[in-house]
Amino acid sequence: MTIVANKLEPIIYELSASGRAGATLPECDVPETPLPQHLLRQELDLPEVSEVDVVRHFTRLSQKNYCVDLGIYPLGSCTMKYNPKINEEAVKLPGFAALHPYQDVNDVQGALQLMYELQEMLGEICGLPGVTLQPAAGAQGELTGILIIHAYHAAHGDTQRTQVLIPDSAHGTNPATSSMSGYQVVQVKSDARGNVDLDELRRLVGPQTVGLMITNPNTLGLFEEHIREVCQVVHDAGGLVYGDGANLNALVGIVRPGDLGIDILHSNLHKTFSVPHGGGGPGAGAVMVRRDLAQFLPGPIVVKKGKRYEFAIPRKSIGRVKSFYGNFLALVRAYVYLRSIGKEHLARVAEDAVINANYLLARLKGTYKAPFGERVCKHEFVLSGTPFVDKYGVRTLDIAKRIQDYGFYPPTIYFPLTVPECLMIEPTETQSKESLDEFADALLQIAEEARTQPELLKNAPHTAPVTRLDDVKAAREPVLRYKRAS
Amino acid sequence: MTHPYLPNTDADRAAMLQAIGVASVKELFADVPQDALYPDLKLPPAMSELDLMRELQAMAARNAHLNEHACFLGAGAYHHFIPAIVPHLVFRTEFYTAYTPYQAEISQGTLQTIFEYQSMICALTGMDAANASHYDGATAAAEAAILALNQLPERNKIVVSPTLHPEYRATIRTYLAGHDVDIVGDEDLSATLEQVMEKHLDDKTACVIVANPDFLGRVRDLKPYAERTHAAGALFVVSAYPIALGLYQPPGHYGADVVVGEGQPLGNPIAFGGPYLGIFATKEKYIRRMAGRLVGQTTDTKGRRGFVLTLQAREQHIRREKATSNICTNQALCALAACVYLATLGKTGLRRIAELCYHKAHYAARKINRLPGYRVDLRQEFFNEFVVECPRPVAEINAALREQGIIGGYDLSRDYPHLGNAMLVAVTEMNTREQIDALVRALEQSAKRKTKRRT
Repeated sequence: MTIVANKLEPIIYELSASGRAGATLPECDVPETPLPQHLLRQELDLPEVSEVDVVRHFTRLSQKNYCVDLGIYPLGSCTMKYNPKINEEAVKLPGFAALHPYQDVNDVQGALQLMYELQEMLGEICGLPGVTLQPAAGAQGELTGILIIHAYHAAHGDTQRTQVLIPDSAHGTNPATSSMSGYQVVQVKSDARGNVDLDELRRLVGPQTVGLMITNPNTLGLFEEHIREVCQVVHDAGGLVYGDGANLNALVGIVRPGDLGIDILHSNLHKTFSVPHGGGGPGAGAVMVRRDLAQFLPGPIVVKKGKRYEFAIPRKSIGRVKSFYGNFLALVRAYVYLRSIGKEHLARVAEDAVINANYLLARLKGTYKAPFGERVCKHEFVLSGTPFVDKYGVRTLDIAKRIQDYGFYPPTIYFPLTVPECLMIEPTETQSKESLDEFADALLQIAEEARTQPELLKNAPHTAPVTRLDDVKAAREPVLRYKRAS
Repeated sequence: MTHPYLPNTDADRAAMLQAIGVASVKELFADVPQDALYPDLKLPPAMSELDLMRELQAMAARNAHLNEHACFLGAGAYHHFIPAIVPHLVFRTEFYTAYTPYQAEISQGTLQTIFEYQSMICALTGMDAANASHYDGATAAAEAAILALNQLPERNKIVVSPTLHPEYRATIRTYLAGHDVDIVGDEDLSATLEQVMEKHLDDKTACVIVANPDFLGRVRDLKPYAERTHAAGALFVVSAYPIALGLYQPPGHYGADVVVGEGQPLGNPIAFGGPYLGIFATKEKYIRRMAGRLVGQTTDTKGRRGFVLTLQAREQHIRREKATSNICTNQALCALAACVYLATLGKTGLRRIAELCYHKAHYAARKINRLPGYRVDLRQEFFNEFVVECPRPVAEINAALREQGIIGGYDLSRDYPHLGNAMLVAVTEMNTREQIDALVRALEQSAKRKTKRRT
């Protein structure tokens, strides 16, 4: 971080001075028309700043951010891999960036070709040939998936099903999606090895079961050892299995979820397929389905007729989940990534992601408690900070804050909820061994500091642009917009 | 075989596998069904950066883009001027390669820009609070319907205006498919808002959702409709066009409880439909019912101003099945573009852009209305989009326009068949007088000439 980054940056309104302008606009080249005075607004409280003010303000703010291009960003279940720069050049091509979504399909054949080929590649990688690119994010992909399951049961005249089964290690979006879709959520416990408890699953399924939402590898970073049995139990009860593909990066090129019994899967293209996370979005949440479920996909999807590409609405479509066709520029990036990686390197992506995670786990498990350390993990793993709480009064939050001082982004913390004082670490395949060693060295040093100087952790971070922020105050007295001091 | 995104060499891998204590990579996948391992995937081969860029350029060149063609399409996505500094700042790596600001201390850049975005959206819409954005205008409208249903749990009817964007109405229906909710108001697409309210507004209505300008471009004083909705105890939701808000009364001033809208026109490329951002703003009393990310101001341990994600008790990772929505992201980078755009144009610039749209659209409408066979209702207030009654099917006219390098307006025949041969024409500051005059000439010619439809 530079010295500038640690200076308090004014709010854009505080830089405003009457009469400044940030943009030049053309003269009106047509005769003017009187404005409808009765409909006009009287004031517009936007800032007045120069172009220089805007550039410096946002550049300074950018320097207060950590980012993937600075170093490891090991948020578990977020797959913060490197974002290739050719992707960012591709989305600037006017032939992609300057297209109106309602142009005649004859005028946008290149865009449709890209979408069609991406549909084909994703279907092939997942072993699920029906694909929609419309969902804007993973959570919207989940909603799409659950609505497809709803439509599938309805098409079979099966309207009595009410319960969606969800393992206790699931992402919070899974239960939120199910209840958003009007279904009741039934939680399934994990067993001692971190798998879905098969006996409990058998007890819970029945004619009321809509389906199961399962993340594999799960949020403990563990491959579901009985995945085929799990799917079979649900199928035998007439339910469908929804795969949360947030963790697909562990499997690409190695195994296809569709070959294991998963019926529907979403993939966060901003995780596995290198679309940048953008500070929280936009992403893309493509959904892949079994061939017989393709008729329920949201439309339009792209189809190929001879050499020509067209839009089509699937026969029993659940309807659209957003306007237009999806986050097109995110799709461009995922497409470019896959064409660069190609058939040759895809499996190596997952292999290196898994090697990197296991290597970090091996380096840390003697010092940090690893609840499932006897198993190999996949692309991520969990540690528990409970010994540090018991011995030194140092919480996982304190460890995370101290990691910032070493120049790294902390892992996901306090998730999954089933592991107390959890640290969830996902390095991704785009970290070198050297960068993993640096990160491991820092975590080992921090463990030592917890023993010798616990206050150093409890007051961390010490080098960030701000010290610890008061979340309680923010929630109790919400200040959600700028107000001028009066 | 190496790839530049994969830094570990074979030697690195060997050393790491040894440290892990396994003999081969395969042992790391021993818990995966072995018969399914390493499928032979039908995927294209890897490409070098140079070859790939050439192929992408060729693919992009197969599209007729708006930098080279005059475009009069709108209908929910608009081609507007984007100052150079907007992409320049948005493409800063510190913004686009960061994630959701979970660790606030080293994410102040993203957090403060969202706070500023929220502040400017409040100013623009005349509301008390705005969230960090939804996926797009359609999903923001669906989330507004859900907010109303949660606020008024004894009510189960959503009234939509027939001239709310057809794709927004479709999205609301998809979002509420699993619930016992009636979505009504658009059975008769020719009905006026008065007729819709007369027929449907009652004590079962959770909200009324109206667009202003509406899908057909018309601008109205919605105050009487807001009052009537409130008298029935329902919420009034307005879907707004943010550029138009540079000129017109903000919905907060005429009684909106929730303002939603497509934020794309604020500095985001039109990009074949996405990514865009959904504007969502509401009144103080509904803040805790609002879905999505929110950034709040607070202080650090030294008393300095700082920003955090706040009111997360509404959100899915804490509330799980009891959450207000399953949304766990926002369109942060699109919201950043909107934030930089609004800061750059500011108080006078946004008004100027809106006026340019208004004047150019009215100029175009008057000239088209003078053409034999065409008619525009000039008595109707409109912003930058208007309905043109055409002498022939719009598809035929658009094919003729396209031959002259012009991308014509939106063909309304599928969504609003009762309007006959009707074209929805949008004009923005991007359309020069020459382009408009060329459109008028081409329309005049195509009224007479038969053109083959392209297939």
